Amino acid sequence: MVSEIEIESIAKLADIDLARDEVAGFTREFNAILEYFDALDQVSGEETLTPELTNVFREDEPGGCLPQEDVLANAGSTEDGFVKAPRVM
Amino acid sequence: MAGTLSFAPDDRCNAFITTCDAAPYGDGKLSGVAVAVKDNISTCGIQTTCGSRILAGYVPPYDAHVVSLLRGEGAAIVGKTNMDEFGMGTTTETSGYGPTLNPVDQTRVPGGSSGGSAAAVAAGLVPMALGTDTGGSIRCPAAFCGIVGLKPTYGRVSRYGLVAYANSLEQIGPMARSVGEVSRLMEVISSYDSRDSTSFDRPYTHQPSADIESLRIGLPQEYFGEGVDPRVAETVRSAIGRLEDLGAETVPCAIPSMAYALAAYYVICTSEASSNLARFDGVRYGPPAPTQKQWHEAFQEVRGEHFGKEVRRRIMLGTFALSAGYYGKYYGKAQVARRNVRQDFERVLGEVDVIAGPTMPTVAFRLGEKSDPLSMYLSDILTVPANLAGVPAISVPCGTVDGLPVGLQLIGRHFAEEQIIDAAYAYEQEGSA
Amino acid sequence: MTVIIGLEIHVQLNTATKLFCSCSTDYRDDPPNTHCCPVCLGLPGALPRLNRKAVEYGLKVAKALNMEVPEESEFARKNYFYPDLPKAFQITQYDKPLSIRGVLEIEDDEGHEKLVRITRAHLEEDPGRLVHKGGGDRARYSLVDYNRSGIPLLEIVTEPDLRSPQEARRFLGRLRATLEYLGVFDGDKEGSLRVDANISIKGYERVEVKNISSYKGVEKALTFEVTRQRNLIRRGQPVTVRETRHFQEGRGVTTASRSKEEEHDYRYFPEPDLRPLSVAGWVEEIELPELPVARKNRFVEQYGISLNHARTLTGDLKIAEFFEKIASVDPVLAATWTADTLLGELNYRSMSIAAVPPGHFAGLLKLLKEDTITDKAAVQVLRTMLDSCAAGNECEQPAAIVEREGLARATGVDFAAIVRTVIAGNPQAVEDYRAGKKGALNFLVGQVMRETRGRADPRELGELVAACIETTEG
Repeated sequence: MVSEIEIESIAKLADIDLARDEVAGFTREFNAILEYFDALDQVSGEETLTPELTNVFREDEPGGCLPQEDVLANAGSTEDGFVKAPRVM
Repeated sequence: MAGTLSFAPDDRCNAFITTCDAAPYGDGKLSGVAVAVKDNISTCGIQTTCGSRILAGYVPPYDAHVVSLLRGEGAAIVGKTNMDEFGMGTTTETSGYGPTLNPVDQTRVPGGSSGGSAAAVAAGLVPMALGTDTGGSIRCPAAFCGIVGLKPTYGRVSRYGLVAYANSLEQIGPMARSVGEVSRLMEVISSYDSRDSTSFDRPYTHQPSADIESLRIGLPQEYFGEGVDPRVAETVRSAIGRLEDLGAETVPCAIPSMAYALAAYYVICTSEASSNLARFDGVRYGPPAPTQKQWHEAFQEVRGEHFGKEVRRRIMLGTFALSAGYYGKYYGKAQVARRNVRQDFERVLGEVDVIAGPTMPTVAFRLGEKSDPLSMYLSDILTVPANLAGVPAISVPCGTVDGLPVGLQLIGRHFAEEQIIDAAYAYEQEGSA
Repeated sequence: MTVIIGLEIHVQLNTATKLFCSCSTDYRDDPPNTHCCPVCLGLPGALPRLNRKAVEYGLKVAKALNMEVPEESEFARKNYFYPDLPKAFQITQYDKPLSIRGVLEIEDDEGHEKLVRITRAHLEEDPGRLVHKGGGDRARYSLVDYNRSGIPLLEIVTEPDLRSPQEARRFLGRLRATLEYLGVFDGDKEGSLRVDANISIKGYERVEVKNISSYKGVEKALTFEVTRQRNLIRRGQPVTVRETRHFQEGRGVTTASRSKEEEHDYRYFPEPDLRPLSVAGWVEEIELPELPVARKNRFVEQYGISLNHARTLTGDLKIAEFFEKIASVDPVLAATWTADTLLGELNYRSMSIAAVPPGHFAGLLKLLKEDTITDKAAVQVLRTMLDSCAAGNECEQPAAIVEREGLARATGVDFAAIVRTVIAGNPQAVEDYRAGKKGALNFLVGQVMRETRGRADPRELGELVAACIETTEG
């Protein structure tokens, strides 16, 4: 069982705002789903790699890049060729 | 002959998010054919939203590989179809652009998540469409809308340009009114692409044949048991009876890993989704994040506001399943479970040529019927195993219950699309007569 | 108080293209966001494709550091939000790295050989670059340049085997030299080597110092941190909880992270868009070039130069190659002048050896060898030559400088008159010399040297001055 506090901290880890009135509902549905996930408890064995295909490479040869205007075209705001983003301090 | 196709559909079912009223086309195998593309497949110069408000206005600067192939064969891309937000749903009701209605009965959902593509085909707005299938998202709406939909073998169609929901499970696939059209579209989109490291060079070039003499069909008990509407099961059984009439042989079989396949599926898809969808932060595309705020605050705001509820729920489920202390219990176990499902299918498909059963446990739900998330998840039980195993599966219409379409699902060996297409074609040509 | 240091070093591999896309890595002088494509911008739907060369370079390093290459390795996603990280996850390697358990030989503070254990080395992608107008502290928003996004990094992690900031610097020097010898790294590129250091005083908790962005910064940052931690112990407030601090390059200090470092939960999981690697066999086929230790030993043997000179000359690939081009003039003379004089003069001018034409320097050595100029004049010629190289002009030939400045060694006879004048002009010094003060002779020789602008050999001059005083009436 996860608590409402845990739900809020998961939301924070995922950088998602939850409205206060959504928390209880999310918690209830979350727990129902997690209970269903308990079906996995019957699974035994180790997680192993079963690669059908390994070593898929590309050669180190330069190809085309996008023009700067295409890089910036979808950004909400830009400045002097840079993409503007929230502050980090 | 190159030209421009005018496209002004009477879209009563809200099948499209974006339409192109003058769609250019060229020469090739699909010259001038109107093709609708699910809105999670990148189209250069055409808005691609994934059914989400967080990508409103996003115009990709590049084409998905399948879109280049379509254009290369002369197809006219006439629009981008509605879908559950990022593919997260079984009804197309979680779209940020309103639900799509089922053309067969507009009080019903078309299924999902490729509900827009299925509805566009079923309503006759286009002859063929591309969908994507992570846990049944092509086959479910194909079944609910009464059309044909194919989920290819994992790796047979390039995912380059498909906006990822659950990378290790999903494939792009064809949807159309007939098996022949599905086969034709599959031939175009299966050309190899080195940009997808998980893809294989196994092009599909097959003419469907109705000869299924001595085809061995496995009938897993789990596909006809608890949770499956008996009338749906009966309809599918009688369709399989017609295949027997055409020379096929049926064999009972079991897939014990079905007991936990759905749980494994939801752990894997939500885990991958939580990571895939982290990039939608309002910096490089989509509604802008407030840049005067601290970054976490800004991202939380934009993601809280523009992601729908089901998307937020799945991101949180996946975040939880991958978090410290829970990885082994959820993600680790789900990977073992996936391997078991794959082994079950390989074992059964060593004994039979194809596996048959219903595509969906019921007919199309009423709009709003699946309000509880878990009950919606449970309806994917018959489609997710093929995604976990990576094997191809097709849904072909096989009758109705209460006037609503029922889909027959045929599952084949890895890279044996040809075989399930032939079986579906045989049923379509001879069986339903 | 024993100091315990472990390093995490991020080096940019010098491939032509990025780790997962074909964008060119040669971005440093270009406008922002001009070396980007859907993949390195993290555009929806784009998929990574692994650069073969980056793996090969990683394996070269693994082999050079005597590491094990496991049968299987894979990429994983490290999930966290930051404005410079376009996908909100970094593709890196987690529990299945490319290589594990190696060693690198260095000299400890006493000059003895020491093996530093390497924990692991793995491949990962560089994030974009943040720019803050008006400085990081006051900027109201960030600006992002994705040109750097996706540059291949090799993260090399050491065991906590280093015992002093000087040893840490020597380790980095040797590592850098090794990487350059392998041809996988160019340390001259700005920001191509970044270090995080874990440092503690034995018995106390460790501090992680982040953001050391240069080779020279490491010793500075660690020296500051050792002093800080020792002072804390003296004051009875030792480090008892793990802490992350940032190195402020400009001020040479470390500061506590202001933003409350949350407990990171990176939710690693295998990257589903890439296939696993199986490259243990490949590493067998890789042939390594001569590495610094081997070259050092060869220099001693082949050229008969001192171990110290050999160590200095092989500590940097470009210097070693430079030396080999000029050694034929006279190996010992070449080693002495390169190691003891040229490197210091270059360092003083912040010049790279790449700016010095070997033929010019060889010309200088020839002038010395043929006794055309004195040591003192040679230094003067070298400085003039380097100044001309540094100014970006064509480097002046030493012979031309000697000619123009009139620095050729004059023969003893020519100095007799000057010596006599100096003796006559400094009776006190002559007196002192006669009274047995040897220093007075040096003074007189210095006076003659000044008059002759270094063209005479000081030893010969000494004899001349002494002889002259003997024959002069006292």
